[in-house]
Amino acid sequence: MRKIWLIIKREYLVRVRKKAFIVMTIVGPLLMAALMIVPTYLANESQELRTIAIEEDGFEFSNQLEDTEFLHFSKIPTEEATLLKEGFAESAYYALLHIEGENFTLYSYQQISLSVSNNIENQLEQIIEHQKLKAAGIDLATLASAESTVHITTKIISEDGNTSSSQTKTSMGIGFVCGILIYMFIFMYGTMVMRGVIEEKTSRIVEVIISSVKPFQLMMGKILGVALVGLTQFILWILLTFVIASIAEFAFMDASSMTTELNSEQQSILLSEISRLTEGINLVQIFISFIFYFLAGYLMYSALFAAVGSAVDAEADTQQFVLPITIPLILSFILIQPIMENPDGPLAFWMSIIPFTSPVIMMVRLPFGVANWELALSVGILIFSFILTTWFAGKIYRTGILMYGKKASYKELLKWLTYKN
Amino acid sequence: MTESIFIAKDVVKQYGDYTALNKVSISVPKGSIYGLLGPNGAGKTTLLRIINQITAPDNGSLIFDGEPLQYHHIADIGYLPEERGLYKKMKVGEQALYLAQLKGMSYTDALEKLKFWFTKLDILDWWNKKVEELSKGMAQKIQFVVTVIHEPKLLIFDEPFSGFDPINAAIIRKEILELSKKGTTIIFSTHRMESVEEICDHIALINKSKTILEGPIEEIKKQFTNNSYEVITANKELSENDYFSIISRKDTTFSILLKEGKTQQEALQSIVKEVEIISFKKEIPSMEEIFIKAVNNA
Repeated sequence: MRKIWLIIKREYLVRVRKKAFIVMTIVGPLLMAALMIVPTYLANESQELRTIAIEEDGFEFSNQLEDTEFLHFSKIPTEEATLLKEGFAESAYYALLHIEGENFTLYSYQQISLSVSNNIENQLEQIIEHQKLKAAGIDLATLASAESTVHITTKIISEDGNTSSSQTKTSMGIGFVCGILIYMFIFMYGTMVMRGVIEEKTSRIVEVIISSVKPFQLMMGKILGVALVGLTQFILWILLTFVIASIAEFAFMDASSMTTELNSEQQSILLSEISRLTEGINLVQIFISFIFYFLAGYLMYSALFAAVGSAVDAEADTQQFVLPITIPLILSFILIQPIMENPDGPLAFWMSIIPFTSPVIMMVRLPFGVANWELALSVGILIFSFILTTWFAGKIYRTGILMYGKKASYKELLKWLTYKN
Repeated sequence: MTESIFIAKDVVKQYGDYTALNKVSISVPKGSIYGLLGPNGAGKTTLLRIINQITAPDNGSLIFDGEPLQYHHIADIGYLPEERGLYKKMKVGEQALYLAQLKGMSYTDALEKLKFWFTKLDILDWWNKKVEELSKGMAQKIQFVVTVIHEPKLLIFDEPFSGFDPINAAIIRKEILELSKKGTTIIFSTHRMESVEEICDHIALINKSKTILEGPIEEIKKQFTNNSYEVITANKELSENDYFSIISRKDTTFSILLKEGKTQQEALQSIVKEVEIISFKKEIPSMEEIFIKAVNNA
């Protein structure tokens, strides 16, 4: 036990101290925060007052175009418009709108911002629509009163007859995020285990170590050490993303002189909104299941990755063995979308039972509600296959790490399984 | 009969259809320097892995220091494998501490002993260097230190001098002999027979998965020594007589074989009467010659 602990400690510390780990830990949340903040920032930034010149015979449109907070319209005579077209850059105008019947052209000396052209387009469309409605004899007031919105409330009736609200969109969101996280974790850290095994083999230290510890201890120590690295990284990401996002949010909100403080009424609305959105979703069950599938899925796959690492001499040789391992993983990733659309179909059912796809797929299904026996079956099978694959991987590993310069084939691997200790 | 630190009896190890060891028996006397000799692929490394419990034999019994070989004996054995290396990206001191602790030493004990050895071999400056910054010979010194650091009763070296320059090889050889004097039993495994001939007192020859010879080196040599002598004359012809026959000759160097029932004295006197002798000595076979003979006889 002391030895396996020493191995876990080494595997963990060596990786956590690496520059790549530190960089990834900082850059990851920065990227995520950027994804959240940049769009808001850009939207705020482009808002400066712009004046659009209008050239039109008559006043049909120019009178009806309304100034907005950031757009100002001003009609100019034709002569001035001609002059303007020759020396745009020096003028105070941002663009020139040329109207001829129902043909509209926007001139500018620079690329016109999308929001400006959208705004003008929308206004013009509305003006024309209203004209047409008027011509058809429809009063605008009547039209306004005819406008209506519908919100469908979906409810789930459980086996014992209780009804609860269902929140399809929230379910999809939670399922998607959980599925993707598990997929990423297994992939990133499974291959990290594999590279670690190859490193020990190519540096020829492995035989030195297994004269002190059992090969299985070395393999499990590495797998658990890397699991801790992964957990550390994810926890740091979540914390840092939260910190960076809130700092940045605060800074930007302040700059654009908006109040970030929510008063108590708004806060209670927000809270009740959150509880409404997650109503009918068993968050505790999802959290516990997430941790379970996260770890069990990783342990099962990383044992296989370790076995692959032991069978080859260099990372370049791993392809033929890695592919069959990653196919079910990639398949479950691809099928997240279709399964979210039909979370109770046969495809969803079977893929959440088969252990190689269940860690990702069951997490996608869970927020939609899964029968207890299905969950129990899936968990049971996953535990059983985790033990089986670890045993199987351990056997290959034990033989593989001492084989040098031999290109292993599948036939060879099968033979290793029959070797006694 | 001296006590044995390790006894293997009728050890069999198979990998699928391939038999790596076929009823191999060896007995390593306590305090000896034991040479495990044999060509590449004879099964030496498999036997060493069995002693280190890296693999288990299919059949046969193993006794370490009077009791059946068990997992805890790992702490009493130091093993320097033929395929040896270190983590390249790890610092020397940190890595040596890790490996020493894996052998069961406490942190403080390991630190103290490592400092002692690093000072002794004059490599303390490397403590905070990464292994990748060291030369191959430097790395081998560190591997030697971590092999002996836990003061095992039995030290096993598989091809220990490959990769060392002559100066470092001499240093390591000196350290090994010193450990041997302190009572540590040492097993050398090598296919270069001449390299261990001079330091081993016991040997075992393994060929094609079988032990073909085992015992104290003098006894084996005696066993393979026949009544042949090398005679060098001062430019004179030597002719056979009643006491000896000539096996071969090269210029004035003759190889003679005593005839049945004749002694060395009689033969020498008969030669002295006829020619002037520059040298007369008993032909003692080298380990290599013994090995070839043993293989052919088997």
